[in-house]
Amino acid sequence: MATIDIHPHTTTEHHDDHGHEHEHHGNFWTNYVFCEDHKVIAKQFLITGMAWALIGGTLSVLFRLQLGFPEADLSWLKPILGGWLTPEGKIDPEFYLALVTMHGTIMVFFVLTAGLSGTFSNFLIPLQIGARDMASGFMNMLSYWFFFLSSVIMFTSLFISTGPASGGWVIYPPLSALPQAMQGSGLGMTLWLVAMALFIVSSLLGGINYITTVINLRTKGMSFTKLPLTIWAFFFTAIIGVLSFPVLFAAALLLIFDRSFGTSFYLSDIYIGGEALPNQGGSPILFQHLFWFLGHPEVYIVLLPALGITSEIIATNSRKPIFGYKAMVGSMLFIAILSFVVWAHHMFVTGMNPFLGSIFTLLTLIIAVPSAVKIFNYVTTLWKGNIRFTAAMLFSIGLVSFFLTGGITGIFLGNSAIDIQLHDTYFVVAHFHLVMGSASFFGMMAGVYHWFPKMFGRMLNEKLGTIHFWLTFVGVYLVFFPMHYIGIAGFPRRYYSWTNFETFSGFADLNMLVSVAAIITLSAQFIFLFNFIYSIFRGKVASANPWNSNTLEWTTPRSPGHGNWPGEIPTVYRWPYDYSKPGAKDDFIPQHIPYSETPESNLPHENELVKLEMNDGAIVVESNKH
Amino acid sequence: MAITVVAFVIITIVMFWFTFKYRYVEGRRASFIADDHKLEIVWTVIPAIVLALLIFSGLRAWNDITGPASKDAVVIELIGQQFLWTARYPGVKDSQLGKHNYQMIDASNEFGLDLSDKNTYDDFKSLELHLPKGKEVQLMIRAKDVLHSVFLPHFRLKMDAVPGMHTTFKFIPTKSTADMRAETGNPNFNYEMACTEICGRGHFSMRFPVFVHDTVEDYEKWMASQEAWLKQNPDYLQRVPAELREAAMIKAGIPMDSKEAILASPVTVTAKF
Repeated sequence: MATIDIHPHTTTEHHDDHGHEHEHHGNFWTNYVFCEDHKVIAKQFLITGMAWALIGGTLSVLFRLQLGFPEADLSWLKPILGGWLTPEGKIDPEFYLALVTMHGTIMVFFVLTAGLSGTFSNFLIPLQIGARDMASGFMNMLSYWFFFLSSVIMFTSLFISTGPASGGWVIYPPLSALPQAMQGSGLGMTLWLVAMALFIVSSLLGGINYITTVINLRTKGMSFTKLPLTIWAFFFTAIIGVLSFPVLFAAALLLIFDRSFGTSFYLSDIYIGGEALPNQGGSPILFQHLFWFLGHPEVYIVLLPALGITSEIIATNSRKPIFGYKAMVGSMLFIAILSFVVWAHHMFVTGMNPFLGSIFTLLTLIIAVPSAVKIFNYVTTLWKGNIRFTAAMLFSIGLVSFFLTGGITGIFLGNSAIDIQLHDTYFVVAHFHLVMGSASFFGMMAGVYHWFPKMFGRMLNEKLGTIHFWLTFVGVYLVFFPMHYIGIAGFPRRYYSWTNFETFSGFADLNMLVSVAAIITLSAQFIFLFNFIYSIFRGKVASANPWNSNTLEWTTPRSPGHGNWPGEIPTVYRWPYDYSKPGAKDDFIPQHIPYSETPESNLPHENELVKLEMNDGAIVVESNKH
Repeated sequence: MAITVVAFVIITIVMFWFTFKYRYVEGRRASFIADDHKLEIVWTVIPAIVLALLIFSGLRAWNDITGPASKDAVVIELIGQQFLWTARYPGVKDSQLGKHNYQMIDASNEFGLDLSDKNTYDDFKSLELHLPKGKEVQLMIRAKDVLHSVFLPHFRLKMDAVPGMHTTFKFIPTKSTADMRAETGNPNFNYEMACTEICGRGHFSMRFPVFVHDTVEDYEKWMASQEAWLKQNPDYLQRVPAELREAAMIKAGIPMDSKEAILASPVTVTAKF
């Protein structure tokens, strides 16, 4: 793992140092490290998240090497993996499990939760609602540094002699509770639990801040019905997080008790290592309920911000209002509520009462309805648009495609009877990697391409972006599409090798294809990394509103300073999706333009609003300056 | 299946067609369409109806699968441990699985048989899962150490093994091993059972062979040919309560004049104290 020596900490300082022209006083430490400015914190989250994504991606390529090329001699990895290679040059089976566990943990929590919400909620909430900063800058800073501390501990656990946690990212006890069951359940698991506890603290501090900011700091005129869909998405995400992360905290705490203080919350009737343990009366199923009570909402914590970002980008680049704004908000609300009542669909065959299985099948499949509405709305937004294929737009359309493919396979899995066969096979792996992994990753990428000009004042190279998109898009499908077949054939996940079974001995070539595609997909990310670092310093200088977008962040100067707007915060008069309005001069009308200035394009009911604006003349004039 | 494939294909085609058809042209204006309630209601209601159909057909299947097993189903116990499976059969004499207790597990008594229960005496152990064709089978599943999961891919059957709790799954094997050999044209075809819940280092190696007999009679013949666990481990006769020892020997098929039988006879024990 020495290939990944990007230290999040130093990288952060480095980029901010040059990419961000601060006109405001303070020393290096208060401006770039312990900074309370939401934009700096967003960049810190972004760069830490990118470092984690590289680590997580590299881990996945390591275990794909084992799965795609089981016969290969990996001795050349000796300098990195050392003792984790067997004398024959194979990856140690227990280390293989550690790799899949850490890949899952890193990608779900450190990249797609902290890296995605942390970056874009922080960056966009104040800018798009018209606020000077977060409600509490200090809490926001704490949120990042708790995340950083958690990252350091999780990173350290990769290097200890007994290896990191290796019981799967879901850390089901008793496996995760008993060090005698596997090495990784010793110190590695302890570090995992400590890191996750800190992560939850970070996530809660951030979430409370996002919610408060959205409710209290909206600028004049920015009613909830005028919020961009990005903000709606971040708002729902934060609420889901605040309600569900504490449950994971409780689950982890009880596990810590079981591991260290001899309690029996999850343990009962265990005979291991030649002795019967005294624990009785606990239930491993209890842990699964608690875990998935967070675990399922977590899927939407990861996905909703990506959907929000996509809504914004698809509307902007189709030069068309998002289709069915209210339906979009409604479906997100509905998804957010339902996300709390479907958790046990992860547990159909764990010994849970089958009657519960029926209930959760019903509730789970209901989620398909608002999801379908969202997809139809995206497609209809494209319909009769005037589509600009920016890299951000390509990634957004890619997201919709993954969301569709993964959503359809979700209908199979949600049906408890079909899930019996598909549970814990590669079908599940394919499903969630498409619907939440790749879709959210594409949302994140789309967001970076779209808001990079506002973050760093320069443009990313669009050509490299397009190449990056196509390689990643095709790569992702090549990795995950074949997995559906492998999964229907019954191949179980988290298997080090399949050669012990006649039933699973086929598909070796397909597995090889998947592994090759995974390596190509990871390599393609270096194009992006180069583009990102190069463009911070040498990219084309961006204009204040390079995408001709309507939302408020584009009314700030090229590199907004502390406080975001040099003068007054603009007042908002209209919704954010007045693109290609008939009669209007341009094909976009930003949110801060009053209706009184656009008599040529106003709809009848909007002319009524002009009168109300007039009563507030002073502010109208003020906002025109920007 | 067909429904979802059709939906997938249509939406994908429409999406790519739209993105192609409405690509950017300098000077063209996009249409200003904010919403259309009729259209939105249509595409909310249609998926809702389709999903309702899927839910009800799915739930009917689920209820059939998870309903109680019939009284005369063959009961077999499967036990998962790091990293192997064992099966316990109730024996031909009483057809009842005896009680077990995890605290009685030791190197030989791997089931943790509670020898004060008469039903344990004819129980036998098997390192292969034997099933009768055409008769309902109820699997009683448990785990000794960590979570495991019984997975019979050919039977579309999966159920976790949980320490501290019994799980069950019932099914009827419809094709014997011989049938499958003929059907697949592979004379070496064998059914297999795997573990699908991560359980540690050897998770990928928990293979358990499965054999389906052609007829119930064949299956019963095989049952009758197996030795009771107690017969294989006659030392444990001493743990059987004194008043039950004779019954135990009869049930387990241990000859009265064997060395262990004499050692364990009540007289010997009283003489010891």
